Amino acid sequence: MTEWLDPLLVVAMLLNFVALGASHLRTVIRVVALQGVLLGVMLLLTHSGPSLRTSLVAAAAVLLKGAVFPRMLSHAIREVNIRREVEPIIGFIASLVLGAIGTALAVVFARTLPLAPEHTETMLVPGSLASVWCGFLILATRLKAVSQVLGYLVLENGIFIFGVLLHEAMPLLVEVGVLLDLFVAIFVMGIIIHRINREFSTVNTQLLSMLRD
Amino acid sequence: MALLLVLVPFVAAAIAYAVPSNRWRPWVLPAGALGHLVLVSRALAGDQLTGLDGLLALDALGKLVLVLVSVLFFVLSIYAPGYLALRRERKNRVFCACLLAALAMMTLVALSHHLGLMWVGMEATTLACGPLLFFNRSPNSTEATWKYLLIGSVGIALALFGSFFLAYASLHAGAEPTLLFDDLLREAPQLSRPWLHAAFVLLLVGYGTKMGLAPMHTWKPDAYGEAPGLVGALLAGGVTSCAYLAILRFYQICRAAGEVDFAREFLIFLGLFSMGLAAVFLVRQRDFKRMLAYSSVEHMGILVLGVGIGGVATFGALLHLINNGLTKGVMFLSAGNIHRAYDSKSTEAVSGAMRRLPLSGSLFLAGFLAITGSPPGGPFLSEFTILNGAITRGAFVVAGLFLLLLVTVFIGMGSTVLSVVQGAPSERAAATDYRDGFLTGAPILVLAGLVLMLGVYIPPPLHRLLHEAVTFLEVQP
Repeated sequence: MTEWLDPLLVVAMLLNFVALGASHLRTVIRVVALQGVLLGVMLLLTHSGPSLRTSLVAAAAVLLKGAVFPRMLSHAIREVNIRREVEPIIGFIASLVLGAIGTALAVVFARTLPLAPEHTETMLVPGSLASVWCGFLILATRLKAVSQVLGYLVLENGIFIFGVLLHEAMPLLVEVGVLLDLFVAIFVMGIIIHRINREFSTVNTQLLSMLRD
Repeated sequence: MALLLVLVPFVAAAIAYAVPSNRWRPWVLPAGALGHLVLVSRALAGDQLTGLDGLLALDALGKLVLVLVSVLFFVLSIYAPGYLALRRERKNRVFCACLLAALAMMTLVALSHHLGLMWVGMEATTLACGPLLFFNRSPNSTEATWKYLLIGSVGIALALFGSFFLAYASLHAGAEPTLLFDDLLREAPQLSRPWLHAAFVLLLVGYGTKMGLAPMHTWKPDAYGEAPGLVGALLAGGVTSCAYLAILRFYQICRAAGEVDFAREFLIFLGLFSMGLAAVFLVRQRDFKRMLAYSSVEHMGILVLGVGIGGVATFGALLHLINNGLTKGVMFLSAGNIHRAYDSKSTEAVSGAMRRLPLSGSLFLAGFLAITGSPPGGPFLSEFTILNGAITRGAFVVAGLFLLLLVTVFIGMGSTVLSVVQGAPSERAAATDYRDGFLTGAPILVLAGLVLMLGVYIPPPLHRLLHEAVTFLEVQP
């Protein structure tokens, strides 16, 4: 089944680009959700004859990343009535170029890393590094609070991809804990987005600049 | 038993959430804190404490952090009902529950011997503190909370990445991949070096963000500036100490791997850089709560610097952990009271605090003198020990810079603090009718007493614990 892993990783990396280039927030939310679902599938694929534990974690990841988070974020933008990320700090084309450069570097860099023999052939490590980079890019260059949360999710997805390599080493308690933390994080951020909108009548975080020295 | 330490504050949080009365709910805080304190003191006296199949274990370093967190939280929990009584108009359900949840999660960090579980605890602490910062519901506090959550979450995500790298380092070494602290310490010499180095850098950046080391400190002035004094004290004394513990854990693994010089360079650089940056922003700082935030950046720098120097300075750094936590409590609570009385935290509007609020004003001044290292406060002793350690090691440049920055900070903070406490009370002094009461005054006095005591007398059990912690940290397996 592992022969499906690399194609999935390539799709996940392409989804990074879609997230970087799309201006419709709804599109980005869907893209990030799809990426989350792919991650759960990857987890099942890498571990031949998935155990109950693996299936449980994969199911929880798919449910949260694929259904719960997109719901919460769609809800947040429906209430505040915004559709698009209009004015990123770096333009869409420029951020796509930066994302592409970062992804290429990730692939090159991963080859220089000392990987265990069984991992040299897969795209897991470059995929992880590329997603972390693209997530960081979205987070740092977008002004809408929702976009920043989406960037954070892409970054987190990247880390999750790396975690697939280490799934066996993690106690179930820790894996569930990580997912639970992520859930609470998105929940609390959702509430704050709502407040930002109420108080600043916008979700542009640019206006969040009253506090300075 | 170990699990009980985490569960007690958690159950207390649930009770606080369930209590319907806004007036009586805050009293769940001292009850929960007392339960925690009793359990902690029993854990200190008792045998080796473990739980969850070795995922939890209480070692000397964990004990040190746990004692600090528990004592500080207990004092804060006495202050809390007094403070919340002044804020009757506000619902405090989420506030009380989150305070206790934060205590539970900090305890989890102190007890974790699994680096993944420690991460879960640290992230949960961040999340529990979000609603605490948000208590005032002003646009400013919204902004501060957003920055805190976003910067904190990204930082801590990098720490998770670093933890994974560390597990991979053990996998690459041909062992079973693991994040159990004791396994990693044992296998450290075999760990793959490139992965170990990358992991240490990511973890330092990640947990350094939570600690508020420069240049990852940007959330700190906003968060501490807008948070109620009580929350500032908890963040600056408790949460940052837990993040420090996390960094120490990874430092220990680097040490065991024979990579101590690599780790030290980073710690010394970040330490001095944090102190330097804080010094720059402390000079002519007009907002006395933001001043406390930069002071916290400075002291986080001192903590990592001390461990970076090593030897005697490590003892100084661990002692400073306690001193800093308690002194920050004095400063944040008294600053909170002054803020309340004047309804402003700018030196332009606040003066004559000593006359307007004799107790809080004097304690604010005393806290400033202590935290900047004036004898006989506790921080004097610990900062002096770190300086001594640097000179003994022959690190004269580091020692010189350390002294220079301490003096700069003293002068910078001094002008802000003096303009707050001295002179005739400004017009804003009549802005509110707040007076120091027993519940909002006595806890600060207790903390100040502890700080003073640590300057002249370290109780033997604490002394022993500090030595155990240093031995645990510095020993070569």
